[in-house]
Amino acid sequence: MDALDVTVRILAVLVAFLLLPLLVGQTEHKVMAHMQGRVGPMYAGGFHGWAQLVADGVKFAQKEDIVPDGADRRVFQLAPALALIPYLLVLVAIPVAPGGGVAQALDAGIFFVLAVMGVGILGSLMGGWASANKFSLLGGLRTAAQLMAYELPMLLAAASVAMAAGTLSLPGILGVWEWWWLPWQLVGAVVFFTAGLAELQRPPFDAPIADSEIIFGAYTEYTGLRFALFLLAEYAGIVVLSALTAVLFLGGWHGPAADGLGWLWMLLKTGLLAFGVIWLRVSYPRLREDQIQRLAWTALVPLALFQIALTGVVKVVM
Amino acid sequence: MSVLLAQPLAAGHPGFLSPSGVEIVFVLVGIVTLGAALVTVATRQLVHAALWLVVALGGIAVEYLLLTAEFIAWVQVLIYVGSVVVLILFGLMLTKAPIGRSPDADSGNRWIALAVSLAAATTLVTVVVDAFRSTWINVQEPTGPGSGSSEVTGTALFRHWVLPFEVLSVLLLAALVGAIVLSKRNKAGER
Repeated sequence: MDALDVTVRILAVLVAFLLLPLLVGQTEHKVMAHMQGRVGPMYAGGFHGWAQLVADGVKFAQKEDIVPDGADRRVFQLAPALALIPYLLVLVAIPVAPGGGVAQALDAGIFFVLAVMGVGILGSLMGGWASANKFSLLGGLRTAAQLMAYELPMLLAAASVAMAAGTLSLPGILGVWEWWWLPWQLVGAVVFFTAGLAELQRPPFDAPIADSEIIFGAYTEYTGLRFALFLLAEYAGIVVLSALTAVLFLGGWHGPAADGLGWLWMLLKTGLLAFGVIWLRVSYPRLREDQIQRLAWTALVPLALFQIALTGVVKVVM
Repeated sequence: MSVLLAQPLAAGHPGFLSPSGVEIVFVLVGIVTLGAALVTVATRQLVHAALWLVVALGGIAVEYLLLTAEFIAWVQVLIYVGSVVVLILFGLMLTKAPIGRSPDADSGNRWIALAVSLAAATTLVTVVVDAFRSTWINVQEPTGPGSGSSEVTGTALFRHWVLPFEVLSVLLLAALVGAIVLSKRNKAGER
């Protein structure tokens, strides 16, 4: 790997990081608008009001950056960056095409992505505590409780794929992937995706930021660019979760003519999953805090353990 | 900490007088980690202590990475930064940790604590230095024995160290059961 190669790879990751979350955000606006028949801004830029996104960005940048009087200034200001940057790091390890189509192949890729994704939650916790606001604190508490409940099933589901493939590296898993892994790992896929949604605090698991109960949870006191960073972190999280689910359970770049069109299949699968995330937001009611905990401990953890047992049995028998 | 102090001696075995870039970075990260750890126990602001703990634990993860133990490094981040610190922050939020200094965030035991930690550090440093005195890790090509890839770590863990591994899991299980028993008893007492 020479310097040019490294530069190109880093640039590609950066462009994907800057572009894809915005694309998902815009898609969410438009999909939700049309599903609910509330179309919103449709004129800016012509086609379906696409330029409204740019205008929103400019608006966010213009707003005054306010830190509440009683807040812990440095922690409060550092929190949005800590929420966003982990997702940039995760993108580095996600393979998009066969034969070296990954910015950096890691030996323990699964552990890398899950570990770094978990760090992003610290941003919400810091924001929740440092805001000196009761709603923020409640949001932070709920975030922490949710993370602790859903981290375990997510890990177990990912471990099942690693067991099936016999490797922890993401490109390595795709290298040995076969189509019949789809039904074999189906339970794990559902558990992983659901737990991922809960970790991102997306509906129906958005009790930590439930706007009708606790304003906006940990992000209540944020304005302007820092608030936009938190929003961007949410969309980057959707991209990362969809891409990871595609790689681990849907075969990533596998598909017809994978050698040339692998990246297209990967993008397609990621996009479909991201659409599903958006769809859930407009179609499912929010779960209560106790329902969220019960779902994790009484449904997802046993299901994940069952998947691991199934994987082990098939692996030994085959 | 012990790993940090052991490394320059152990890795310096073949060429101690001309440290490589990795070794220099190792020492620098080690100093940052030590500093963060000291701030963690010295600060009067409870939540800041938890956040400095993140820096210290992250620093140790970087040290593992520099020692080519990629798997151990990511597990360190996953378990300690991702779960243990979140648990600590959860507890601090539940107990309404104030913003700013906590007047009671001090303990009369601090000199005893200092003595205990010094004794523990001395023991660990001595043992680790003694055990790995002649081990040489090739950081350029981390494939052979002594490297820390997942395969090597897994083989060592489940071939040579299975018994300690299982004993540890029994210990954790006992702790889990103990925690449940304690929480049950408290509830019964309240009623």
